[in-house]
Amino acid sequence: MSRVLKKRLRAVGLWLLTFLLLVVICVPGLWVVLSAFRPNREILAKPPIWIPEELTLGNFAKIFGFGQEQVAIPVLSYFWNSLVIATTSTLIALIIGMAGGYAFARFRFRFKNAWFLGLMLFRTVPGIALSLPVFMLWSRLGIIDTQLGLIIVYVSLNVPFTIWLIDGFFRQIPMSLSEAAQVDGCTRWQAFWKIEFPLARSGIAAAGVFAFLTSWNEFALASQLTRSTDSKTLPVGLMDFTSQFTIDWAGMSAMAVIIIVPALILTFLVQKHLIAGLTFGGVKG
Amino acid sequence: MAGIMLEGVVKRYGKTEVVHGIDLEIAHNEFVVLVGPSGCGKSTTLRMIAGLEDISDGDIRIGDRVVNDLPPRKRNVSMVFQNYALYPHMDVRANLGFGLKIAGQSKDVVERRVQEAAEILGLSELLDRIPAELSGGQRQRVAMGRAIVRHPEAFLFDEPLSNLDAKLRVQMRTEIKKLHNTVRTTVVYVTHDQVEAMTLADRIVVMRDGYIEQVGRPMDVFNHPVNTFVASFIGSPPMNLLPARIEGARVVFEDGASVPVPERLTNFVADGQEVIFGIRPDDLSPIGHGIHEARETTEIDLEVELAELLGTETLIYTTLAGQEIQGKMFDPRDIRPGERLTFRLSLDKAHVFDAGTGQSVRPH
Repeated sequence: MSRVLKKRLRAVGLWLLTFLLLVVICVPGLWVVLSAFRPNREILAKPPIWIPEELTLGNFAKIFGFGQEQVAIPVLSYFWNSLVIATTSTLIALIIGMAGGYAFARFRFRFKNAWFLGLMLFRTVPGIALSLPVFMLWSRLGIIDTQLGLIIVYVSLNVPFTIWLIDGFFRQIPMSLSEAAQVDGCTRWQAFWKIEFPLARSGIAAAGVFAFLTSWNEFALASQLTRSTDSKTLPVGLMDFTSQFTIDWAGMSAMAVIIIVPALILTFLVQKHLIAGLTFGGVKG
Repeated sequence: MAGIMLEGVVKRYGKTEVVHGIDLEIAHNEFVVLVGPSGCGKSTTLRMIAGLEDISDGDIRIGDRVVNDLPPRKRNVSMVFQNYALYPHMDVRANLGFGLKIAGQSKDVVERRVQEAAEILGLSELLDRIPAELSGGQRQRVAMGRAIVRHPEAFLFDEPLSNLDAKLRVQMRTEIKKLHNTVRTTVVYVTHDQVEAMTLADRIVVMRDGYIEQVGRPMDVFNHPVNTFVASFIGSPPMNLLPARIEGARVVFEDGASVPVPERLTNFVADGQEVIFGIRPDDLSPIGHGIHEARETTEIDLEVELAELLGTETLIYTTLAGQEIQGKMFDPRDIRPGERLTFRLSLDKAHVFDAGTGQSVRPH
């Protein structure tokens, strides 16, 4: 066999492998998206219908309460809960993360390493392991089935991560930049907002996206701590499509798409800020 | 008028004292260089003047104000950092104008002063670039430009040239000197490079371990070092320092070789005193190859171990009393290792330090 042929075969093999891997990763997602636009009978058809014969927005109309066929699921409430809880908890986690990250990166204080290690260890505990104590505590406090209850849980879930990530970004910014700004006439506060914050912005944005996605997608704890439309989030709401004897796959898929889309949009919006490397060049490498 | 005055300034980190009560008076428009090996407290001293470090004791005055408790922004000084510390997300124009903008100057004033500074430093073409697009020397100039636009009362330089390659360093050194001639302002400049200190300073402050060892004009420090530390730190190659003992009118080295006690020092040494004899390589040359104007000289035979050709002169490594020393041959001819030469030693320029204290036997 000639070398050229060998090389070609190798390339084809690699392509095939890549294709298979991508199929494994993408098909379930694709299937969910496709199912969102197909009627239930086509989804459940045997043998399966791979190429949709009929595309419809009926599933969306159905879960939002339009059209003939209606499902009694308050998707709008769930959406609103998810939005409020994810956004608020992300903002709080970011503010604490910035303050904490800056402190860990810039200041010397007692037990600094122990604090930091403690935060990281806290992150290693699976959230679900804490669900029972949290449930009991929350019920005593009377914040079961409230947005506040979930916000607190998500903030504490995200803060170690945001501190850790933002700390790393502040650490990369040389102290001398802030010092130069202070000699140039800034207060420490001004030096932070005008110099250090813009330079750490990509890191803060990244921390924000991750925190938002964690809160937005979280299911296990939310399913424990929510009951009604007061606080139920979208991932928990998905379970509403499961009843004792049937599962409404079409409605569930439509709702899954509703969950996926905002997360995708956010990631696309922020991704240009995620490109780091802005700090290069200000100081000698 | 803005001189800078340090009175008994102390810096402690916890229980460790790193600057031990230094006194220093810097005149208006004077160019003072703090020089010393790393860890000598020179950068800390500069940062205390800038207000970036608290002072633990003593007073710092800029002009007639005590600035001990003023934050950096209220001291009206500007600083050039070792790593330049340019704001990476701003172009050169914004970097230069940042301080003025913060101070609330109008756009016109900012623009005019930025242009002015850019012109002085040859940055006019680069105003729209960001720091990442500049070379090392250009960044250095932007850092200096940022310092001069604000017309501060003093410039503080923290090892500004140590990140540049050798050639650029020499070039920027001259530019700093020129800059000081153009914008006459008080300058405090920190370096560990004694050549920079010698070439730039009106006055040199030699520091070691948090103490000031000597303050003086460059040539005074060079010609009359107060102790062995200053003697070996200032000057390149460093002064040869040889342990010896005074016996009558002679300085006797450990192997029995000896030279006369320099006439001007005879009244300052005692018979039997243990001393350190210091002679710069420039003042130890083969006969006929240097030392023309010495009043008092002596001769000594030494064997060449290694010769380094430097062009106009040759550096000769040899051994005296079991210790490697260096001499210089001016108008050099070819010499080979192993050759024995008679050296002339200029006693006018020889130094004698007390072996116990390291201080020069002759007070200054």
